[in-house]
Amino acid sequence: MVHWSAEEKQLITSVWAKVSVEECGAEALARLLIVYPWTQRFFSDFGNLSSPTAIMGNPRVRAHGKKVLTSFGEAIKNLDNLKGTYSRLSELHCDKLHVDPENFRLLGDILVIVLASHLGRAFTPVCQCAWQKLVGVVAHALAHKYH
Amino acid sequence: MLTAEDKKLIQQMWGKLGGAEEEIGAEALTRMFHSYPPTKTYFPHFDLSPGSDQVRGHGKKVVAALSTAIKNMDNLSQALSELSNLHAYNLRVDPPRFSLQFLSQCLQVALATRLGKEYTPEVHSAVDKFMSAVASVLAEKYR
Repeated sequence: MVHWSAEEKQLITSVWAKVSVEECGAEALARLLIVYPWTQRFFSDFGNLSSPTAIMGNPRVRAHGKKVLTSFGEAIKNLDNLKGTYSRLSELHCDKLHVDPENFRLLGDILVIVLASHLGRAFTPVCQCAWQKLVGVVAHALAHKYH
Repeated sequence: MLTAEDKKLIQQMWGKLGGAEEEIGAEALTRMFHSYPPTKTYFPHFDLSPGSDQVRGHGKKVVAALSTAIKNMDNLSQALSELSNLHAYNLRVDPPRFSLQFLSQCLQVALATRLGKEYTPEVHSAVDKFMSAVASVLAEKYR
């Protein structure tokens, strides 16, 4: 089980309070598809992904980004049981979606960059540290049920 | 592969930093030491406390190398040849593709905190590709 210090929890929740789940989720997913174009293979039925502008404006990307980040919100409420929280989603990503877990790490890193661009200097090195740990642990929990 | 557009975006972005490059170098290193503690194993001889002169100095060196690379994006191999030798034969940092991804992440976070919305997805993509290319060149001579 992952140990979270009181300071880490505080850093995570205080950043989260400033996040627009819809905006940041949409942006993080769009950036994943733009910066690592091979990830588009998982979204071939999403319509127009032909350019960064198309991706950023694509309503299905936006909606799915919001879904993904909403799920992060659940993780933040359940920091002491991430494997349990993500158990079903882990099975889904393995058995139905066939997503290589490496992609979870990529999305996590992108989310951190999105937060940095929104929060500016307030996203201090200790903030980043807590969030890199969080995205790493979430990625690990999502990979946990793979077989 | 870095397109002409990528190169232009990177040069423009670097130009917007208005002299903050050195500070960014130190900040990227500081962030890296915080978020990825194993990277500290390459600096046992450094004072890594906040505001350390050694970290500032090293950050400056890193940024200078990146500036050189940015001015020579059409021939990274040659521009970074000395650094490539250094990393392969002297420093023997764990193959750059592993360690450099941490520096790349932290450099991008430092850039994003300063540039905000101007760190657009297109710029993000170009910088990520550029840092990958730099890592490849630095790893060329490892074996």
